[in-house]
Amino acid sequence: MMLKALQLEPEKCTGCLQCEMACSYEQEGLFNPSKSRIKVFTFHDEGRFAPYTCSQCAEAWCMHACPVEAIVINEATGAKEVLEDVCVGCKVCTIACPFGTVNYNADTGKVIKCDLCGGEPACAEACPTEAITYVDAEHTGLERMRAHAAQTIPAN
Amino acid sequence: MQHVVIGAGPSGLVAAETLRKLQPDAGITLIGDEPEPPYSRMAIPYYLIKQIEESGTFLRKTANHYDSLRIALKQGRVASVDRAAHRVALADGSTLGYDKLLIATGSRPVPPPIPGMDLDGVTSCWTLADARRIAATARPGARVVLMGAGFIGCIILEALARSGAELTVVEMGDRMVPRMMNDIAGGMIKDWCESRGVKVHTSMRVTAIEKQGDTLRVSLENGDVVDADLVVSATGVRPNIEFIADSGIETDHGVLVDRQMRTNDLDIYAAGDVAQGIDFSTGEYSVQAIQPTAVDHGQLAARNMAGLSGARHRGSVNMNVLDTLGLISSSFGLWMGDEGGESAELLNRERYRYLNLQFADDVLVGATSLGLTEHVGVLRGLIQTRTRLGVWKERLVKDPTRLMEAYLASTQALGFNAAVMA
Amino acid sequence: MAWQRRILRVDLDAGTCTEEPLNMEWAMQYIGQRGLATKYLVEEIDPKVDALSPGNKLIMATGPLTGTMASTGGRYSVITKSPLTGAVACSNSGGFIGAEIKHAGWDMIIFEGRAPKPVYLYLENDHAELVPADDVWGKSVWETDEILHAKYQDPLIRIACVGRAAEQGCLYSAIVNDLHRAAGRSGVGTVMASKQLKAVVVRGTKGVSGVRDAKAFFKATSEGKRTLAENAVTGEGLPKMGTQVLMNVINEVGAMPTRNMREVQFEGASKISAEAMHEPRESDGKPNLVTNGACFGCTIACGRISTIDPQHYTVQDKPEYKHASGGLEYEAAWALGSDTGVDDLDALTYANFLCNEDGMDPISFGATVAAAMELYDIGAITTEHTGGLEMKFGSAEALTRAAELVATGEGFGRDLALGSKRLCEKYGHPDLSMTVKGQEFPAYDPRGIQGMGLAYATSNRGACHLRGYTVSSEIMGVPVKTDPLTTDGKAELVKAFQDATAAVDSTGLCVFTTFAWTLEDIAPQVDAACEGGWSPETMLAAGERIWNLERKFNLDAGLTKADDNLPKRLLKDAAKTGPAKGMVNNLDVMLPEYYQLRGWNTDGVPTPETLARLGL
Repeated sequence: MMLKALQLEPEKCTGCLQCEMACSYEQEGLFNPSKSRIKVFTFHDEGRFAPYTCSQCAEAWCMHACPVEAIVINEATGAKEVLEDVCVGCKVCTIACPFGTVNYNADTGKVIKCDLCGGEPACAEACPTEAITYVDAEHTGLERMRAHAAQTIPAN
Repeated sequence: MQHVVIGAGPSGLVAAETLRKLQPDAGITLIGDEPEPPYSRMAIPYYLIKQIEESGTFLRKTANHYDSLRIALKQGRVASVDRAAHRVALADGSTLGYDKLLIATGSRPVPPPIPGMDLDGVTSCWTLADARRIAATARPGARVVLMGAGFIGCIILEALARSGAELTVVEMGDRMVPRMMNDIAGGMIKDWCESRGVKVHTSMRVTAIEKQGDTLRVSLENGDVVDADLVVSATGVRPNIEFIADSGIETDHGVLVDRQMRTNDLDIYAAGDVAQGIDFSTGEYSVQAIQPTAVDHGQLAARNMAGLSGARHRGSVNMNVLDTLGLISSSFGLWMGDEGGESAELLNRERYRYLNLQFADDVLVGATSLGLTEHVGVLRGLIQTRTRLGVWKERLVKDPTRLMEAYLASTQALGFNAAVMA
Repeated sequence: MAWQRRILRVDLDAGTCTEEPLNMEWAMQYIGQRGLATKYLVEEIDPKVDALSPGNKLIMATGPLTGTMASTGGRYSVITKSPLTGAVACSNSGGFIGAEIKHAGWDMIIFEGRAPKPVYLYLENDHAELVPADDVWGKSVWETDEILHAKYQDPLIRIACVGRAAEQGCLYSAIVNDLHRAAGRSGVGTVMASKQLKAVVVRGTKGVSGVRDAKAFFKATSEGKRTLAENAVTGEGLPKMGTQVLMNVINEVGAMPTRNMREVQFEGASKISAEAMHEPRESDGKPNLVTNGACFGCTIACGRISTIDPQHYTVQDKPEYKHASGGLEYEAAWALGSDTGVDDLDALTYANFLCNEDGMDPISFGATVAAAMELYDIGAITTEHTGGLEMKFGSAEALTRAAELVATGEGFGRDLALGSKRLCEKYGHPDLSMTVKGQEFPAYDPRGIQGMGLAYATSNRGACHLRGYTVSSEIMGVPVKTDPLTTDGKAELVKAFQDATAAVDSTGLCVFTTFAWTLEDIAPQVDAACEGGWSPETMLAAGERIWNLERKFNLDAGLTKADDNLPKRLLKDAAKTGPAKGMVNNLDVMLPEYYQLRGWNTDGVPTPETLARLGL
């Protein structure tokens, strides 16, 4: 089965944060960018915006680093999902993920990351400029991202 | 093909699982010396504060996980290795043959050489058995002395303080977590803990522990005596290598391995806290004793044991993350800096915010953070990919908070990032 | 609910920050933001108070949709008494700080008194404290932003602050947030600085926890977003060209105020237009415009991000202006350009950067420079007054130097900081001030757009396009096309726009949505978000209530019918060119009809019946 992935195209982003609100509402039931799993970064001096979230990388650093098996693969979407009732909040995954896309949520004492909303990512739905789309994984240019990830692999 | 893995911690377990993936038909035995199923010491603090049950510490949660992978779990302590015969002998006298052997026996606490360490009420905090003992004593209001404020000490500190104990910490180093944090960060962690009611002594040793009735009397080198109901020792750990002392397997501080995690015996490998693996930042072989490295080692060792050629270790980045009573800190790589390299630092003592970046040329080689929980992993990413930061290095020196911008602009982490990178 | 139901009251005299519940009864009558904060202001201050005295208060207010997923739902307003006009001031800003205040758990912040020493407010969720501002007082907005971001080590803190202009007493100082968005008009920044309040630093991680009816909310907001996307103005014109799309259009219709409103068409308009911003320049082959950018939650994204030509004289040896920043919007381009006769796009961009950097309202600044240029032209001002600066119409050097002088409060900048009215009075030619109630005109000449004359004259905050933007109808045909050159029906049109805008300004939404939305689109979003039973009718009624409340404040402050007027030039001197050639603005025809429609007596005072009808 062809997995889908989030395609992020910074040059289309206007920095409106609709994605962050959609994400936080889907995941937490409120409008709260600080709890969003996707983040938009503003390059003020360059006049650029960049949406950024987990690429669901094959190496799954977070998953392997977890000492209590609280991060698992959703076979249907390929997403690495945090099992909140299992996560103890040790934060090892937050330093293990070389992309910095697993964050600690002090309010719950657990970590949070993108889970592709079970296959219907709310951020892509909310993006007004198609800077975030959910497409066949092969078309996302994820290869370059994965090539970068590969450098982090401790073995070659 | 028979694989034997000694040690049922994360490294040994990941190795066994990786072996199964690579070699569906091989025999795999995983030997652990504790009665519980493989569990995580990292999770013990959360068990201590009753956030999780014992089962919550288990490394794998599925009931028939080991059966379904046909990994034979064996409880016992390995007493010796007979390399010529390719057999290990267990303490109960039984033996087990292997084609490939992995030593992943981890480490154990080393009690400080002072009188009274054997008293009732003085314990380390290493195993689930230790944790049960501590949980039974460290009730709200109990007087607890914690010896050692290194990484492990601080993890326990968090749990002890949160369980409501009246806590005194004694660290012989000049600051808290001296091997993970520089003096500024270590000092701030101390200030933070003290502001939250924990007594912290640094540059201080415990000289003796005595018992008077039910009370433990802990003597400090400055002459003070602290009364306690419980003394927890976390003064350091040592790799479990005694059982191979006569085997001819080369050891130093830990077991010596090459880039394939192999010892001087072609059929014996070592991984995790017991192994002296290569450090990414220094290029030297050392014991890191951290969870991500244990997993790296386990995977690598397994790939080589399974005969995959070319699975060579590039080195693990030493890194740690700590939560001391809600103050989150982390350090990576050469956090203490590289000779001749530049650094960037931002400090706000009042708000307990600290970010220190260390560069070699325009490459990030180390970092320390306090109070940073967002995207902290990119510090590892930048260090381990040796990303050239170009113009962003100067921008970071000027303003380290632009870390994510620097990361996104300098890496190809985004599919179509060319425009941003210009 | 989309409300947090909490107000933060900051007593600058005592140095205390206290929490109090939001008056929900008032919220039901005044919606939020502009309306609700005006109610608080009216209840709490003496309308006759000196605007720059400790007795004035300054309110930062969000609306019920601020911080939600409704498109453009990130607005906040600053409500206070204006030192420029003596009337109520209400300046609306986008960017991100409005949503941040809401996400920190607050609907509104009320500042009262005056700090004994310069301070700033640090607000992180429930934690609010006044911090000595020694490290940022005397610094520009941009420096302050950088210093505070470094201090708190958090790229996500949002900062609203005043620049050096406000500290120096410039009467049209803005409160700038997120580096280049501003509560710009009426000198709200001057009030803030008078309270020795340098900045408001906010970090909010609590969010807006839900809405009254989530299903209805997502239905209404999604439909609204679709409407914005499909509309030619909000879906295409604004994101691509920005508000600057108007430059050539308004010039064509002969309503482009030029050289202090001596003329109604500017020969250099095309050089400073949106189209010009897209043109690659000679020096580096790059256009002025870098990209468009959105405010919080906005699916239109009209904001301009620009750079100055690195070869331009203004930025030689000034690397700090060579990066991208908030670029020219139409009002700034007009005021700094057409009104001064300057057609140098990079000089305008530079002057605009300075307005952002030190917190000056570019409309009032540009119009004041224009007035100074006319005074210079007729000899009322000479180089002796200006310190050698030749204030000639069309001089880019005069414009950019003037911006530097006002920003820092040096030399002739102190005169320019008075605003057009006081400057023209000082130099003996009050008639040359193109202002209403002391506030400078925006970019639509009321000789070419008749309705705007009435809108300006009756605007509660002085000359302003955003209190009743009949341009929408008279030029763009939204919602229906009316003839810009007649006065027929304009009183009714102005009233309708004023009331509807007062309602929209109270929701947390951006008024630009109304190119595509009416209250039919907006009311369902507000109603789904919060209690109050909001319909287009009740919102319009609330808008009228707000308008009359503001009016009442102004009357109590001492303003009269005489202040509902236009400068003589617009009433006597006919337009020289364009479709309106030969015309003046016929305010005298429209004003009595307007009073009558409003239910005001012939002196412009709301009758007791009107007040009773509106529950005032």
